[in-house]
Amino acid sequence: MDAVLNNNTVSPKVLSIAKQQRVVDRVFKYTIQFFALSVLLTLLGIIASLIFNAAPALSKFGFGFFTTVEWDVVNGEFGGLIAIYGTIITSVIALIIAVPLSFGIAVFLTEMCPSILRRPLGTAIEILAAVPSIIYGMFGLFIFAPIFAQYIQPALAGTLGQIPGFGILFSGAFNGIGILCAGLILAMMILPFIASVMRDVFEIVPPVLKESAYGIGCTTWEVVRNVVLPYTKTGVIGGIMLGLGRALGETMAVTFVIGNAHKLSASLFAPGNSIASTLANEFGEAEVGAHYSSLFALGLALFVITFIVLTLAKFMLMRMEANQGAKT
Amino acid sequence: MISRDPTLFAKRKRANLFGLTFSLVAMSIGMIFLLWILAILLFKGFSAISPALFLEISPAPGTPGGGLANAIIGSLLMVFFCAFLSTPIGILAGIYLSEYGDNNKFSQVTRFVTDIMLSAPSIVIGLFVYAIIVYQVKHFSGWAGTVALSLIAIPVVVRTTENMLKLVPSTLREAAFALGAPKWKVSLTVVLRAAKSGVITGVLLAIARVSGETAPLLFTALNNQFFSTNMNAPMANLPVMIFQFAMSPYDNWVNLAWGGALLITFAVLGLNILARVVLREKVSV
Amino acid sequence: MTTTMKPMFHSDINQGNAESEQGANVSSNTPTVNAIEIKNLNFFYGSFQGLKNINLNILERKVTAFIGPSGCGKSTLLRTLNRMYDLYPGQRAEGEINFYNENILEPGNDVNLLRSRIGMVFQKPTPFPMSIYENIAFGVRLYERLSKAEMDERVEWALNKAALWNESKDKLNQSGLSLSGGQQQRLCIARGVAVKPSVLLLDEPTSALDPISTAKIEELINELKKDYTIAIVTHNMQQAARVSDFTAYMYLGELIEYGKTDQIFIKPAKKETEDYITGRFG
Repeated sequence: MDAVLNNNTVSPKVLSIAKQQRVVDRVFKYTIQFFALSVLLTLLGIIASLIFNAAPALSKFGFGFFTTVEWDVVNGEFGGLIAIYGTIITSVIALIIAVPLSFGIAVFLTEMCPSILRRPLGTAIEILAAVPSIIYGMFGLFIFAPIFAQYIQPALAGTLGQIPGFGILFSGAFNGIGILCAGLILAMMILPFIASVMRDVFEIVPPVLKESAYGIGCTTWEVVRNVVLPYTKTGVIGGIMLGLGRALGETMAVTFVIGNAHKLSASLFAPGNSIASTLANEFGEAEVGAHYSSLFALGLALFVITFIVLTLAKFMLMRMEANQGAKT
Repeated sequence: MISRDPTLFAKRKRANLFGLTFSLVAMSIGMIFLLWILAILLFKGFSAISPALFLEISPAPGTPGGGLANAIIGSLLMVFFCAFLSTPIGILAGIYLSEYGDNNKFSQVTRFVTDIMLSAPSIVIGLFVYAIIVYQVKHFSGWAGTVALSLIAIPVVVRTTENMLKLVPSTLREAAFALGAPKWKVSLTVVLRAAKSGVITGVLLAIARVSGETAPLLFTALNNQFFSTNMNAPMANLPVMIFQFAMSPYDNWVNLAWGGALLITFAVLGLNILARVVLREKVSV
Repeated sequence: MTTTMKPMFHSDINQGNAESEQGANVSSNTPTVNAIEIKNLNFFYGSFQGLKNINLNILERKVTAFIGPSGCGKSTLLRTLNRMYDLYPGQRAEGEINFYNENILEPGNDVNLLRSRIGMVFQKPTPFPMSIYENIAFGVRLYERLSKAEMDERVEWALNKAALWNESKDKLNQSGLSLSGGQQQRLCIARGVAVKPSVLLLDEPTSALDPISTAKIEELINELKKDYTIAIVTHNMQQAARVSDFTAYMYLGELIEYGKTDQIFIKPAKKETEDYITGRFG
């Protein structure tokens, strides 16, 4: 392969170095490929482990487990509905409050904010997103819940609660902690996250598009509604679903204020449980058996729901990036 | 002559005013929350800040005083080992995705999965590590906690590393290859070096993220009321300690919980700000 | 040992229309060696053919320039010579490229080794994010084990060759990025020269530089060709006329004409060449 050449000889020493390099190259490639593989393996491991440990409960209770209201540790009768309901309802409440507010914040940061303030305020929102959830939990338990009980709950019962049909939602004692409180704290948690994603998505809109709308006399709000939103539609939905994914799995912010009660109630003021809070409160002491396995079944349910939501979110965001290429 | 309808314009103006006011209000609400939470944290936590917080270990139930020394040390140990474990794995995996596997199916799937893991519920990660480590060896440990934290940190490092490496212009790579450098050298000594600040930022952000995580430690490291550096046994740590103390009826415990919360927040925010500064320095070069 | 004592007639090297021309003004007495012989080279970007049946010899220790309008394939051709296209899946070359009688397109070849013998300098200066000293030492360390003293010597030698030593000798430990644009490009040339390749490929090396730096580098090329075979791609015809011994005119992936620079610029054989050179086209 390597000949001795006209005034261009390759010394054997160089040849051996080159040979060594080829070996190192291959070893390096396989090593880092393995590390990249480990992320995939972890995901598969999680799913396998959850299924394996949830299997006893699922075989005992069947898939009706997920629709049964029972949660009786003493007698070993378990059903996931209370926890699943709690997880979903708190996340929905959080989204209802956080999404419009995030939207407003994103609009402010991209359209209204004076440029010197843009960076610091944007950073402030990102800092809010970095605050650990246990802080929100403590804030919720010690500061927010009492205020909630003293002012907001009576106000809600007195206004929205008077609308026929809505009364049941706001019935019950004003204890502060409960489903609605947990939903509100969760809203505070995911608000900065969704706001950041929306802001990032809004910033991708080419200025030319907005300028042409302004140029024909559109008001700022009209530009947002008719130019920015349609352009970023898939990205916005993706961002919302990312927020939902986070809200579903959130543990500490919710555990502090949800009330830890194995009861299903129509009232939003009532205490309840989410999957994460059930796990946080009970897994430490669960004995291997129906309890232990049921908790794993709950974990499996949470993981599956979150996985689906996050996958959809990812598809949305990927589609937005792809369309962007087509549109510009 | 075009007749302009004044009422139509007035209606549009009103809609605009309403929308923009709403946005301003939303922003204010966000800012108020931030300031409120930080203020509460400072106010309540400040009274717990004292040398005792750092020097004394957690007090037994009912006993007055005490500190969080064991929890602080425990958290530092676990975060340190987590960084030690996840930095090389994350960076090397990121190098693979950026330099070696750009468009093959395996890379696409790995990227997808990494993004999912970024937002996956951390309590489920705790369950997983419990099942594969704690249950197998029949005891809680600091190592299990470290592994759980690493499973959360690695996707963060992988993603930021890959993104930062991809920003390095291809001409730089070509210049290194043109000298006859083998691919591993190009990746490690030229490309990685060029993206140094960005990659460091990613590691800092990952550490900041795991410093505040409670759920993954609940069933892995558990907690420890005594001082111990034995990673092979339940390990005291700030988040779980705060969780236990906050929900308790003892005043000094609650007070310590606020102090711990303040410490964690300082650490997390500090690391975030540091990461930003590191990145900005690179951009200005 | 192969020495091609081939008389270089302008017509012999011309490809395409086999018109026999008068092979005037060619010194055919000095023995010349082909550093690189390109035979029937075809190149594809996916399904698009970027180079069509190129046949060309590049002579040792001479400067060969490649000119032509954008998209004609001159950079593509250059990048086949050190197999830079290998980095990008979907790009492939067919045919033969003999580098001192060794076909570099042969699949089993060590591409890294090849690139240490055929160096390249790019259009945009690309110093590594390291000190000036390290920039140069990087390439040398790949295949040679030198002591500190030997390395110092090599760095100085390379920087001298690139006419950068005096300007940089006091700041060898500063980042390569702290130099000006023209200096950075000379650093890249020093870096390429330091590993002592046989051939230097220059891909529009001065198009991103100011006229003064350009002049300095053209001077450099004149000096370097005493020891190195140089192939330069340029879209600046005057530059080709100034620095090269041989010129190849390419258009749409084909080699239209190739010959001594004086010949090409004063009396080109093909009308297409003449049109391009006189500015009627391109």
